[in-house]
Amino acid sequence: MLDTAFFVRWLTATAAAVERDADLLTELDSAIGDADHGSNLQRGFRAVTASLGEEPPATPGAALTLAGRRLISTVGGASGPLYGTLLRRTGKALGDAAEVSPAQLAEALRTGVAAVAQLGGAKAGDKTMLDALEPAVEALGSAPPPDGSSSFPAAARAAAEGALATVPLQAHKGRASYLGERSIGHQDPGATSSALLIAALAEAAEADGEVSE
Amino acid sequence: MKMLINVPETVVADALRGMAAAHPQLTVDVENRVVVRRDAPVAGKVGLVSGGGSGHEPLHGGFVGPGMLSAACPGEVFTSPVPDQMARAAAAVDSGAGVLFIVKNYTGDVLNFDMAAELAEDEGIQIGKVLVNDDVAVTDSLFTAGRRGTGATLFVEKMAGAAAEEGLPLERVEAIGRRVNESSRSFGVALSAVTTPAKGSPTFDLPAGELELGIGIHGEPGRERRAMMTSREIADFAVNAVLDDLRPSGPVIALVNGMGGTPLLELYGFSAEVQRVLGERGVAVARTLVGNYVTSLDMAGCSVTLCQVDEELLRLWDAPVETAALRWGR
Repeated sequence: MLDTAFFVRWLTATAAAVERDADLLTELDSAIGDADHGSNLQRGFRAVTASLGEEPPATPGAALTLAGRRLISTVGGASGPLYGTLLRRTGKALGDAAEVSPAQLAEALRTGVAAVAQLGGAKAGDKTMLDALEPAVEALGSAPPPDGSSSFPAAARAAAEGALATVPLQAHKGRASYLGERSIGHQDPGATSSALLIAALAEAAEADGEVSE
Repeated sequence: MKMLINVPETVVADALRGMAAAHPQLTVDVENRVVVRRDAPVAGKVGLVSGGGSGHEPLHGGFVGPGMLSAACPGEVFTSPVPDQMARAAAAVDSGAGVLFIVKNYTGDVLNFDMAAELAEDEGIQIGKVLVNDDVAVTDSLFTAGRRGTGATLFVEKMAGAAAEEGLPLERVEAIGRRVNESSRSFGVALSAVTTPAKGSPTFDLPAGELELGIGIHGEPGRERRAMMTSREIADFAVNAVLDDLRPSGPVIALVNGMGGTPLLELYGFSAEVQRVLGERGVAVARTLVGNYVTSLDMAGCSVTLCQVDEELLRLWDAPVETAALRWGR
């Protein structure tokens, strides 16, 4: 089972990954957007980390909704509402359980990703964060690997591959869409940061030692 | 790239402090990033709130004052503000008559204003919304985020602002704002790329001797690149692109807008070419505004916005306005 500490670890690991790769995200964004994705997420996740310290959440659901609210009120741009909604809706779907199973997390994440798709009016293949998130949720939600390992690393791989697979796509949503065919050949910054979020999930699970189903 | 700044992190706050000192008729909340006309809320008057990323000055803070916006929310550079700012602004300007959000069609602005509307409505504030999407350079808008909101934002803010000042109810002010947007089209041209304080170098590579046609206002490249053209050729291209889409059947107001890095000498020369093309196409020009109004930091270049007007819209345009960047009639 996954407790509140697991979720705090996930969010903290995401914040660390964003710090580490902020320049990369901004560089990717400068090719097809407006060169601020890294610094915007950095501002948001720094606020999330501070809030987790100031008002420690009592449940997994509370940890994610707190993070979602902080992102909405500090990031701005499209990523603020989109990432904020992802975490807030996932957190709400978890309810106020003290511990949740990986299967429950997979189901809640599916709800969160659906909310992102609805808010942004995008679908997989539009060259957005959904191209990383949807395969990750698929991998998480499928039956656990027969060797007894957890499905988190598989989700992280699926998200990373999904982000890479945005390179040949033409953007249909967000600011990159104005480039038309010139958006082809660049990796989507939103899908890239989404892959960081899922990689951090696998990292948190690994640190957990044993994640029982 | 040399810039007159301290550090990138404080450029917005520093600018707001300067704005507060220069314009005592504004209340500037530097910490929460909300610029409000000092006499707000005005009893019985609909409040007008707009906002967007910083770097487009004087949009939007420069248009706060009697006859135009009630409040503006500046975001980080080229990043839309957050819902808390807009909800705070709405609360500051609502007199009970409701608040109109004027939103440029960029994904971030739309999403954050939608969330702000929910927050404000939870507080019992009636919210109306006008989405500005005037940029004809976005041709296949079914396959993109839709037409961008650019120069027409100034027209919407001015004319809806005048309507609100007259005491019209929210639905009427909103309807006028939408009508202004539907009557307006824009086209922009970049002669150089933009340099954001955070990045410190141009956000896209535009070689000397080339220009970008159809740019937005956030340093995003345009749809087409060509060898440098003369002012006459650019005016032909831009004005015809606007006219072919707008197809006006009456007089227009013309905004010849600088992107921030082009001197007025060039803008006035370009405006003369714009007048020439309009004359050749048989379009009467009721009013012309030339200057840097919807900018993109240091980008060189310009945009043309035309708004077809009837008697009512022209009266609203001519109505008195008193803001930091636009002022006439009082």
